[in-house]
Amino acid sequence: MSDVIVYSIVSLSLLGVLAALILYIIAQKFKVIEDPRIDLVEQELPGANCGGCAMPGCRAFAEQLVKADDISDLNCPVATNENMAAIAKILGKEIAEKEPLVAVVRCNGTPEFRPKTNHYDGASECSIAHSLYVGESGCPSGCLGLGDCVRVCNFDAIHMDEKTGLPVVIDDKCTACNACVVACPRDIIELRKKNKKDRKIFVSCINEEKGGVARKNCKVACIGCGRCVKECPFEAITLENNLAYIDPFKCRLCRKCAPVCPTNAILEINFPPRKEKKEKEGTPAGEK
Amino acid sequence: MLKTFPKGGIHPAEYKITAGKPIEVLPVPKTAIIPVSQHLGAPSTPVVKKGDTVKAGQLIAKSSAFVSANIHSSVSGKVVKIDNVTDTSGYRKTSVIIEVEGDEWDEKIDTGKTLKKEFGLSGEEIIKKTEEAGIVGLGGATFPSHIKLSVPKGKKAEVLIINGAECEPYLTSDHRLMLEKGDELMVGTKLLMKALGVEKAMIGIENNKPDAVEHLTSLAVNYKGISVHPLKVMYPQGAEKQLIKSLINREVPSGGLPIDVGTVVHNVGTAVAVYEAVQKNKPLVERLVTISGKSLKNPGNFMVRIGTPVSELIEAAGGLPEDTGKVINGGPMMGKALNTIEVPVTKGTSGILVFPENESKREEVQNCIRCARCVSICPMALEPYLLKAASERGMWEIVENDKALDCMECGSCSYICPSRLPLLDYIRLGKSNVSRIIRSRKQ
Repeated sequence: MSDVIVYSIVSLSLLGVLAALILYIIAQKFKVIEDPRIDLVEQELPGANCGGCAMPGCRAFAEQLVKADDISDLNCPVATNENMAAIAKILGKEIAEKEPLVAVVRCNGTPEFRPKTNHYDGASECSIAHSLYVGESGCPSGCLGLGDCVRVCNFDAIHMDEKTGLPVVIDDKCTACNACVVACPRDIIELRKKNKKDRKIFVSCINEEKGGVARKNCKVACIGCGRCVKECPFEAITLENNLAYIDPFKCRLCRKCAPVCPTNAILEINFPPRKEKKEKEGTPAGEK
Repeated sequence: MLKTFPKGGIHPAEYKITAGKPIEVLPVPKTAIIPVSQHLGAPSTPVVKKGDTVKAGQLIAKSSAFVSANIHSSVSGKVVKIDNVTDTSGYRKTSVIIEVEGDEWDEKIDTGKTLKKEFGLSGEEIIKKTEEAGIVGLGGATFPSHIKLSVPKGKKAEVLIINGAECEPYLTSDHRLMLEKGDELMVGTKLLMKALGVEKAMIGIENNKPDAVEHLTSLAVNYKGISVHPLKVMYPQGAEKQLIKSLINREVPSGGLPIDVGTVVHNVGTAVAVYEAVQKNKPLVERLVTISGKSLKNPGNFMVRIGTPVSELIEAAGGLPEDTGKVINGGPMMGKALNTIEVPVTKGTSGILVFPENESKREEVQNCIRCARCVSICPMALEPYLLKAASERGMWEIVENDKALDCMECGSCSYICPSRLPLLDYIRLGKSNVSRIIRSRKQ
């Protein structure tokens, strides 16, 4: 009886050793030599596989970083500047420090300002509604409110506000991965410079129609009057195709443009409340 | 056994309530809004400017590319402005707006009703006249007709097919045209045969129009080479590829054109338009429109000038009923809902349907239960449920490999789906993305 146990232990052990040997030889013969730095770089990357770098996942981006000679134009939108600096250190290459960005929804067409003129009951996707027709209000560039941007967000940073029917970006969660910008069929979402205390000032409209036409569909549309352009002391505002645009990198957040906008199309967010102008005694209202 | 196509198809309730209503001529509108893009292809370039006086039938926008068509003024009057005006999709497109003064036609145009049978023109001359008259396919796809008539080198047309199937429910404009303009249709067919250089023409008509079949069969005796064929009532019998399969039992290859199997298909409306263009010098400035709907007071078939606002057409049919839920441009299967009725009738408007609220709502969408009804009725042998799932997830490669581009958007899958899934909406999304990818690949 004990013989059987001994034989089986010995023969199985031999078999195991043999198999291990074969595996070892094969593993040596077909060894994939990989740069160990790829693993190190990957550890520094966020691991969200969001595709914001235009590569299929973080590992592929790490490989690209290691392979490339010049990595200054490669950028992970999600990684912080510290992460990227660490990667540059591992690789011994130069990397450009980037401005942090944040997604901004450039439409303020709430039902109050932009009443619905018809009802859409087709498939609940912005891209389908956009290809079919102009949308529930008459505005050809306004938000359709069916949430394509919400569905593509990997970071839970954007949600639909039920009251306004417009998407809202949570600045702390947004990594500027560009997914919502691509998903929006009307190019309403833009990546803008992230300022201190999440302050932003932007034209919340992308309608390029003539002023009167745009105004007819939406009370807060940019009508391209150009008053903000004249007001801006830093030449940060340009007017093209009946639409004003504030360059986020030139803008110094002086807030002079917002009050002159006749349609309140320029939004200022996270600023302290304005001090009310003290009217000089004896001056009638409206005269300075 | 009546002829039909072998795969798929559905039979929705017909509701051809306007079949017995003779063609009425709608009065000329006060203002005509004529979009410069009424056809498939590049928009035309306006050749008139603000303040110009135009006559009916005068060229106002010139074809700008290979796939494009001329646009003529449908009314006489003064060009008020050239501006962006809401079109049937709700987007604003360039249009010529003409304030109507009287009804004066261009001198060259023969507006008389006498039938002109004889013609001594060559094929090329007929094609040239078709191109000049801005004729496009009047079945609804609005593809410029002269391109279809110019047979590419190395290919040969053997038979001309005239499409009188009118398989969409409600629509009856082709039916009335066949009954009331039978002779014009026959001469038009003869002209098309000459242009293509074929000896044989077949007119296919769904068998729910026995009076049209009978009328055209009796006329066809006098026209050599033209035969009339009744077809089984089955949607989409009037789709180009299905009609070819039904009539001559040939299959157009995937991605191919009818000319690849030696045939060309034209709508009955197009044939009549060609007759008018060649024999009467009359460009395409008016078309027959069915206006129908169960709650309309006076539904009917109207001869409408291009550019007439849809609202005036509805007024002629007794005004918009109170319970209106949707106004559809085209047939109930393939048409699109309008978001305002202040849009002009264009070359592609075959019908305007007014649906009451309770009939126009989409039902609640439920999950796919894998019943495969969409697969069994798809006339192009596609798998709609799969295409929908793939385009919902953005898997464009699968959408492309499963031949989404073969889909002709007949809407049978959305009609038959017991879960009321918007299958066609997603297939359309897939198609537009796949064609975008193919375009970018070519560059």
